[in-house]
Amino acid sequence: MTASATSADASTEVRLKRRLRRAERAHQVKALALVAPLLVFLLFTFAGPIAGMLWRAVDDREVRQVLPQTIAALAEWDGKELPDEKAYAALASDVQAARASGTIAIAAKRLNYALNGFRTILTSTSRNLKTAPEPGTAKETLSKINPAWRERATWTTIKDAGGPITGFYLLAALDLTRNVDGAIVAAPPDQAIYRSLFARTFVISLSVTALCLILGFPVAYLLATLPPGRSNLLMIFVLLPFWTSLLVRTCAWIVLLQSKGVVNDSLHWLGIIDEPLRLIYNRFGVCVAMTHVLLPFMILPLYSSMKAISPAYMRAAASLGAPPLTAFLRIYLPQTLPGVSAGSLLVFILALGYYITPTLVGGAADQMISYFIALYTTETANWGLASALGAVLLLATILLALVYGKLVQGQQVTGGMKN
Amino acid sequence: MMKRKTIALGFAAAFVASAALMTVAEARDLTVVSWGGAYQDAQKKVYFEPFKKATGIAMNDESWDGGVGVLRAKVQGGAATWDVVQVESDELAVGCEEGLFEKMDYTKIGGEAAYIPPSVNPCGVGAILYDFVLGYDKDKLKEAPKGWADFFDTKKIPGKRALRQGPKTTLEIALMADGVPPKDVYQVLATDDGVDRAFMKLDTIKGDIVWWKAGAQPPQLLASGEVVMTSVYNGRIDTANKNEKKNFGMVWDGALFTLDSWVVLKGSPNKEAAYKFLDFAGKAENQSKLSEQIAYGTSNKDAAGKLAPAVLKDLPTAPDNIKNAVEINVAFWLENIDRLTERFNKWAAK
Repeated sequence: MTASATSADASTEVRLKRRLRRAERAHQVKALALVAPLLVFLLFTFAGPIAGMLWRAVDDREVRQVLPQTIAALAEWDGKELPDEKAYAALASDVQAARASGTIAIAAKRLNYALNGFRTILTSTSRNLKTAPEPGTAKETLSKINPAWRERATWTTIKDAGGPITGFYLLAALDLTRNVDGAIVAAPPDQAIYRSLFARTFVISLSVTALCLILGFPVAYLLATLPPGRSNLLMIFVLLPFWTSLLVRTCAWIVLLQSKGVVNDSLHWLGIIDEPLRLIYNRFGVCVAMTHVLLPFMILPLYSSMKAISPAYMRAAASLGAPPLTAFLRIYLPQTLPGVSAGSLLVFILALGYYITPTLVGGAADQMISYFIALYTTETANWGLASALGAVLLLATILLALVYGKLVQGQQVTGGMKN
Repeated sequence: MMKRKTIALGFAAAFVASAALMTVAEARDLTVVSWGGAYQDAQKKVYFEPFKKATGIAMNDESWDGGVGVLRAKVQGGAATWDVVQVESDELAVGCEEGLFEKMDYTKIGGEAAYIPPSVNPCGVGAILYDFVLGYDKDKLKEAPKGWADFFDTKKIPGKRALRQGPKTTLEIALMADGVPPKDVYQVLATDDGVDRAFMKLDTIKGDIVWWKAGAQPPQLLASGEVVMTSVYNGRIDTANKNEKKNFGMVWDGALFTLDSWVVLKGSPNKEAAYKFLDFAGKAENQSKLSEQIAYGTSNKDAAGKLAPAVLKDLPTAPDNIKNAVEINVAFWLENIDRLTERFNKWAAK
């Protein structure tokens, strides 16, 4: 082997490698070009809006835009005593400027979230502050217009809302608030509803998931084991709800379950009950209607996992002497676990975000988190709180999905048996 | 390099597509948005269709379920597909504060003097005046309820009742049932004791209340026998009686009234056509036709004078009916809605 030969070899090798790399890159580009439309679509319709929501949960620039001088003057203030004359003068000048531009209500609205009654404080101040106060008298003038300007809490509220980002909405979504000294404390009991609301949302979703699993498992088994002709007919029945509007299905339950509805009338006619049962506008109605709506999402993954199980396994288990129940628990059930976990996760996460069904068939104590997100988004236009509730729900769901993934991992195919 | 080009191409394509959509949105017909249902059917008959015929202006109508957040999203999104929207009083107030509406130019719609005072607003013009009343089924109740006190009296009138889910209207009704005169309701409600008092009154029939969320639900709840009494928009009762041959009754005493207004969304490309429409819908002779279709009072001063007495007596604006009614206080609810909504839901979950 001479030196020149080796170098020639080496250069061919380099050339080959380069060509290989080029070919691979062309492949990658082609692949990317194929998925590019989907990527762009997802970016615009999914990732973008979610990022926007998370941003809105901490964005807090409204007060800063309307009362810039006041926020600047309060930057040095330690919050222990009332602020000095300078801050009062800054506020007076801000309020007059905001009145001229018609933006005072935007700040009033935001401050009112933190301190109920702030809307009146600001609007009355803006209405009654006809002229700029003489130098040195701003404190006196403002306190005369509204005694709230003599309260430390009024000023700490403004300072807290100075932005540009805030934890206020996220704290509120967890029933927490900052007191006048800036420490994080529990929200007053009348306002503390969100933790129990999240708990309620998770409980309803879990019950619906459990109901779907109990009802869906036998149906899926039947579908997977019947001869094709009949199983196709049955499949049409499972898919029928997919082709009916959600609203129609929900209203059908109202017709069935109301006190003079089909179910109560039949029971009454049969002499089983004297007084109509309360089947709707309560938790029972919510669980029934949601289970009905979400059942196909449980049945389809179960069906596909059962379809893949060869009947020979159960026959083998029986011939080795396993009683039916043992064979089912040790051989059949473990093989359906991928379907069970996929179906359960799908139903649970869909149930978490359900809005129309609980709104229409639930009572006032059965509204889920989605109802409040919708309420704050559309009706009261408190987008900060709506986003914070959404962010907390998103985070809790991701955490649950991760924990769930860890739990079901490693026992899917083997059913816990080491292979 | 190649990769970047592909992505850039993708972005460019998306941009061109969205720009194309934008231009479509710019050159569109006048779009008027109202509340749907029987009410919008009546509006179609007396406003939309005749307006199209009379002026030759192309317009579509859509319906919505309210919420100032919806309007904010439309206007801030920069591609508002609506021009004229009918809004409730609190949407008018908040939207006006946030600059979501064009300033109303009254010179183009017949002048301020043509309208009743409560309907004149810098951001909008009143469309209808309507009430929340106590509604009941005459076929099912032997004795008619007299007012909200009877609504809370389950001994005198057994059965379930329905109220709107949320604090608004519910707390006022509870206070009136507890003996607060209609004119003092908001004074009492402005105090913490007043709020406690309202919730205590609600506690007395908590187990018998069904909560409704949309205006179409109360007549349906009455018709199906789910409840014996409900708070309800007066127009819905009237429509059920006329169109579905129901025998529902109303109690005007202690009713809560409010106004809906027309607004023009900020940056509407069809402003001129919008004003032409509002002028048409503001004329007394057109408004009186609406009251004949559906029992709402209207905003033009001369509209009531064109009505037959038989029609007038069932309107919220009839002197006997408005005598003991209270206007829903927008300022109060703007200040307190969040706090009282939380409190209401805390109470409901107990």
